Parts: sequence; C-alpha cells; structure tokens
Amino acid sequence: MSRSVLMQGNEACVEGALAAGMRFFAGYPITPSTEIAEACAVRLPQVGGVFIQMEDEIAGLAAVIGASVAGKKAMTATSGPGFSLKQENIGYASLAEIPCVIVDVQRCGPSTGMPTSPAQGDLMQARWGTHGDHPVIAVSPSGVQEVYSLAIRCFNLSEKYRTPVIFLMDEIVGHMREGIVIPDPDSYEVINRPLSGVSGINKTCFHVDPGEWVPRMAPFGDGERYNITGLIHDESGFPTNDHDTARKLMERLFQKISCNYDDIVQVENDMMEDAEIAVVCFGGTARAAKEAIREARSHGIRAGMFRPVTVWPFPEKELRGWIPQLKKIIMAEHNAGQMLREVQRVTEGRLPISFIGKIDGTLIRPDEILQKINEANNEKMQ
Amino acid sequence: MKKCSDLVFRYMRVDHLPQIWCPGCGNGILMRYVAAAIDDLKLEREKVVIVSGIGCSSRAAGYLDFNTIHTTHGRAIPFATGIKLARPELEVIVITGDGDCTAIGGNHLIHAARRNMELTVIVFNNNIYGMTGGQYSPTTPTGEYGTTAPYGNIDRQFDIPLLAAAAGASYTARGSAYHTQQTIKVIRDGIANPGFSLIDCLSPCPTYYGRKNKKGSAVDMMKYQRDHGITQTQWDKLSEEERKDKFIIGQLTKNDYPGYTAIYRQIIEKKRENTENKDRK
Amino acid sequence: MKGRCAIRLSGSGGQGVVLISVILAEAAVLNGDKTVQSQSYGPEVRGGMCQAFTIISDEDIWFSKPEKTDVLLALTQASLNKFCRDLSRDSVVIADSGLSIPGSCPASTVFSIPILETAAKVVGRAMTANVVAAAAINTLLHLFPDDIMRKAVRRHIPAGTEELDMKAYEEGVRIAGMAETGSVSRFLPETNCLCGH
Repeated sequence: MSRSVLMQGNEACVEGALAAGMRFFAGYPITPSTEIAEACAVRLPQVGGVFIQMEDEIAGLAAVIGASVAGKKAMTATSGPGFSLKQENIGYASLAEIPCVIVDVQRCGPSTGMPTSPAQGDLMQARWGTHGDHPVIAVSPSGVQEVYSLAIRCFNLSEKYRTPVIFLMDEIVGHMREGIVIPDPDSYEVINRPLSGVSGINKTCFHVDPGEWVPRMAPFGDGERYNITGLIHDESGFPTNDHDTARKLMERLFQKISCNYDDIVQVENDMMEDAEIAVVCFGGTARAAKEAIREARSHGIRAGMFRPVTVWPFPEKELRGWIPQLKKIIMAEHNAGQMLREVQRVTEGRLPISFIGKIDGTLIRPDEILQKINEANNEKMQ
Repeated sequence: MKKCSDLVFRYMRVDHLPQIWCPGCGNGILMRYVAAAIDDLKLEREKVVIVSGIGCSSRAAGYLDFNTIHTTHGRAIPFATGIKLARPELEVIVITGDGDCTAIGGNHLIHAARRNMELTVIVFNNNIYGMTGGQYSPTTPTGEYGTTAPYGNIDRQFDIPLLAAAAGASYTARGSAYHTQQTIKVIRDGIANPGFSLIDCLSPCPTYYGRKNKKGSAVDMMKYQRDHGITQTQWDKLSEEERKDKFIIGQLTKNDYPGYTAIYRQIIEKKRENTENKDRK
Repeated sequence: MKGRCAIRLSGSGGQGVVLISVILAEAAVLNGDKTVQSQSYGPEVRGGMCQAFTIISDEDIWFSKPEKTDVLLALTQASLNKFCRDLSRDSVVIADSGLSIPGSCPASTVFSIPILETAAKVVGRAMTANVVAAAAINTLLHLFPDDIMRKAVRRHIPAGTEELDMKAYEEGVRIAGMAETGSVSRFLPETNCLCGH
C-alpha cells in the first residue's frame, strides 16, 4: 500500500535508490549532498547493504565501480568540487561499461564557490566533464516526489545500458522537504543488468549478441573469469590498438544511447498544447516557471513550460516539435547559459530566445519569469 | 616446487603472452611468485580477484587467469575496496607499482591500511616510472637520477612497508625478484593474513632505473638484490653503519587487529535484526 | 486546510528554527495538506541569523520560497528587524516577548509571547524553545488539530526527551492561549493566492 511521508530531496534520493535495489554506497562528505551519505550510512546496513565513507571523492566512485563489478547496484553522491574529482572514474565506467549512479547536488561554483547556495552550473560538466568522447545519460528532478521516482529510473537506465548515469540534482530540490507518496513496489519497474551466466573463462565477455546493445555481465565471484580494463579493448576484454576494433567499440558506446533515445529521453510539457511562449528550464528552476506560467495563464497569456527531465541526451526532438507553434522561448537556468546553448543549437535561429540566468546564489523568482513572459507577450502584440 | 611452465599454463592467460615487459624486468618473475603463492594456498580460482592500477606493474592483471580488473592510475586500492566490501568472500589482491601506489594513490594506500581492509597489496617496486620512460618516483633514492631528475633526485624515498605499518596495516613484508622462496612465502602469508597486507617486492628495471643510474645489467641488478637483501636475524646483528645499504627480506610487521569487512558484517547483522524485529512489532 | 499560508521562521543558529519548520511541514502532511519546507542553509545554522520556511496549502505549491510572508516567527531582535520589512498589513508576527516590535513593522496582528523564557524557566531547558514555539504557532493560527501537531512533534524530537518536549508543547499551547486576543480567529485568506500577489 502506498503511504505519504514528509521527506527531504536528499533523503528521497536514498529511498528511491534503495527501492531500485541499491546495496552499496561509497562517498565523501560535501555540502549540499551530505544528507545522502548520512541516510545511506543509516539505511544500508538495515537492508544488508554496505556504506563506506572513503578518503576522497575519487575513491568514492572507484569503490562504487568495484562494488558494481562484484554485482551490487552502487551509488555515490557529491557536489561541484567533488563532481570535478569524479570525472576520472566516470570515464572509466563509461568505457568499461560498469553500471553506477553518480548523484551531483549542484551548488554555486566555480571552485568552492558558495557551498549552500543553489546553482545549475554543472550541466555541461555532466556532459563533457571526463576526457575523451563518450556518451552520457543525465537526469534532473524538480521536486521531492520526482527525486524518488527518478532515482529508480537512474538505476534502471544504468543497468539496462551498462553506463554511468548522472543524477543531476540541485540544492533547491536536495534540501527542500515535501510530502511524497512512497509508491507501491508493484507500481514501478526495476531493471537488472543482463547477466552472462558463463562459467569458467570467458573470452568473449565484451561480445554483444545480435539484437542487444550491451555485453552481458558477470559479477566477479559468480564463476566466470574475465578481464576489465579502461583501455580500448576488444570483445575479449583485452587492450588493443587496432583502429578498426576501437572504432567499432566507440560506435557501439554512442549508439547504445543514441539508438535508444526514445527509451532514455523524458520531458515534462506543462500547458504546452496551445502555448505561444515557452519557458524552458530544468531541475529546481521548474518550480518558479510553473508558478509563472500559471499566473500568465490567469491573464490570458498562452504560456507553457518545456522541461527536459533527461537533460543528456538533450531532448532535441521534443523541443524541435514545439517550434512551429511558438513565438518565443524564455530560457531560465541557474547558470550563465549552458542549456541556452543547446536550445540555440536546436532552434537554429528560428525563434527569438530571451534568457534569465542567475549565478549569484539567489533563486530565479516566478515574478522575474513572469516579467519576461509579459515582455514576450507585448512583443507579440506589436 | 612447481615447474615454471606448470604455473604459467595453469594460472596465466597464455594466449596473451609473451608479456610486454622489457628484457631483464623483474615484473614477470614477481608475477610468477604471485601465481605460486595462490597455488600453494589452493585458492578457488573464481574467488580470486586481481586488481591493478596503471603502470608497468599493472599489466600483470591482464596476464593472470582470474577475475581481473585493470583500473585507473592510483585507484586500484579503492576499486579493490569496493569489490571486497560487496563480496567479502572473495580474495582480493592488488598488484601495483611504486608510483601508482605511493604517489598518485598514496592517500588510498594509507587509508586502506588504516581501515585494515582485507586486501593484499603487492607492490612491484622498481624505483622509477617505467611506463612513461624513466621519471623519478617516490622510491627513487635521494641523489639518483631520472629523466625528471637530471641533476639528481632531491626527494627522500618512501619506505613503503614502514608507511603502511604506521598507517595500520596488519601485515607488512618485503620480497624481491631474486629471493624466490622468501618472496613466495611472504605473498602467501600476506594473502592468508585476514587484514590489510602489504608486500613490497623489489623489481629490477635495467631499462630505465638501471641505465640512468649505472646499475649495470639486469644480472648485476639481481646480484645486488642477492648481496644486499638479508634476514631479520642478520639485520639485528648489524651496526647502524653496516645496515646502510642493506634491506630486510621477509616479514616486517604483523598484528591481529580485525579486518574492516568483518567488523562491518557485525553492524549489518545487528541492524538487520533490529529492523526486522521492528517490522514484526 | 483552506487557502495558503507561508510561514517564515527566524532566529539565530541553535534555536531550532529549522526544526520548527519541519514539524509544521510534518503536521501538514499528516493533516493531508500540501507543503513545501526549505531553509537558508549555511554556516549560519551553527550560529548567526537563521531562517526557514514552511508553505502550507490546499493546492500544489511550486516555488519553494514564499514571495510574501503571511506569518513571521522571530526569536531574535536582528531577525525581527530584518524580516518584518517584507511584511504587509495582513501579515501576522509572532515574536518572543523579549523583543521590541519596530515601529516600522507593517503587520497589524502581532503576538508577543514569552517563548524563550518559558522554555528556559518553566520547562527548564532553553533548547525546548522550538517545541514551545511550534505549539504556540499552531495554537495561535489554528493550523492543525492538536493530536496531529503532537504526533508531528514526537516524530522530530530526539529519543528520550518525549516527556520534556511534551511539557514544552503544553507550555507553548498555554502561552499562546494567554496571548490570544480573539481578534484573529482564522487569519487565512479564503482565496488561494498562487504567487503571493
């Protein structure tokens, strides 16, 4: 039976992850994500799982990847400065195809910045932070209920596509409390990684069967012997400098995400059906946007909100679909214009875009968005 | 004692041989000692995990026929920590180098030792960064040369077992490529020790360390190990002056502090029970 | 609950104003209302000025910070001086009786009640001021039934302090009862105001 409880965003992240089957957490204390580590320290032993506070951020993700290799669903959580340090092993998990979830509760940067103030300045770092070309999945919640459900989704995507998934939260959502309904376990899907079931030596541990996107995986200790490396490797899991093999591996890594775009990408369209003015935003910023478009609607302005829930890959198909009916886009985000670049790329100059970006640690207020909506509406009249 | 070829066919991925190490390198010899120690202990092959970082030493993981994972530079120990915590029944062995383990990974080393995490860390210590072409490492002796120490190294060198023991490792030892029986024994004892074990294994690098520092041929470097490695008993009889260019081969420190996963297991059992009891009420 | 109520809780770090806001939010959830609770996080929660917000409504609440404060709780002079500037004539101020109400305070309803003194001298522990305040706020504003409020308090107090905190609760109800003027029976506006305009 479902029940309603008061929960903080960071706590909901842990409860959602546990519901998805998380049984391992390794991390390092950092504001504003620390409550995630604290809740994991309490909750994991209660369900037979393991929590460890590591010596640094890098070790946090390294241990998470190790635990995942040994068959556990594993998560780490951090914020800006720590997210920078995680990048090395995000690349490793991406190339070695190890499922894991990295939570980044964004705060004001750069550097130590303003640790307790909200920001969304890690959007591009989530996409491009680790070196080398690589695909990425990043998901961004706008409220506590959604933190719970999207934490489950992050694990599902990670397991299904054997890829690190970045749960891009922000301080707004991480630290707020709301009443949420804990869903009945039968009401959501929990996906587990595809298993190989080979025993003894596996010389094709990175072979992908026809019709599948990822190699089947064997937890260390389950009876199969194979090699994992962060070097470009062939289907036997051993390093190679063969360019043909390298190209095929990299193509598959990209395609397992791009060819499953529809399965991975989610958006929220709020009052978009007849909208002429769209507020585009993500994460906690959506809360101000929703209030602003409702106020605008009460004055007869056809405003809506388009929110990428999956921020990477960027939902370009969905955004492109709205272009013909729109007169203007208002991009609102707590950074200096990171998603703005994606919106400009997708709209290709076909629509005027006005921008609200804050990087001073204060929140974008509904009245600030409303003002832009009103301006857009007045321009339309002229 | 098993013939070398038996161990190779039994424990190594022969289709990936010959290995990439230079002629005269000690790493291949030390890798065989690891296989011999595992063979002596009759460990179930699927329960053994070899974790390595980056560098010459870390290629060993690819040649050993167990579950093997070649990780990022310096991070072998935290990867191994995750594996061990997730499945404490596995025997997790880290093969690392002096740069990997004590420079970029130095913090991980001291904290795994502090926790007494049940890992066996085997350092193939060649006193140099070999993979990148001969830069000085944390174990390059003061005054010696590397491509980045053209005027002589002014850093002091780490004594890796001393560092690990001070940080809390429950077993530390030193071996060398030359000292076959002694090194196999300390690796074996290290794996059998329930807590954190560190075995510093001296590995001659004639290509870079040797050539940069006029140490002679690979054979000369092995002879150096033979002539300067002594037992604890011999060490105890020497004066401070006589000890100067000598090093102890064999066990260095040991205590029976409990391992981390063993203690954490008790927390899980207690909390699980409490939670289940509460649920029943 | 009908309508919308945005409560700003302010004081200095260590007085437990964040906990007051959490208790009110907990009671809202138990009562079946919508709520969003947030706080000004930072070093100030360990001393210095501290504030937290609880918004309670019968409709969805989006923006997490109130643009208009319906109720201000102030436990220090500095926080009262600072935040009473943002109030309107319709706002309610609940201030510790040790504080002097600035002449510029626009709120027409002001309750001055001995929260800190009651906690320290009557309950006997200064740290129970947050429970005294939570009970007083609920009593003055008629937000939630008493049993729901008590349940919310119990969920957020440390184990072993139930007796003390329930005494603090009773005292909070008592001092609110003494302060009640009768002029405010139910202050909440009947209409739902989304943006606080």
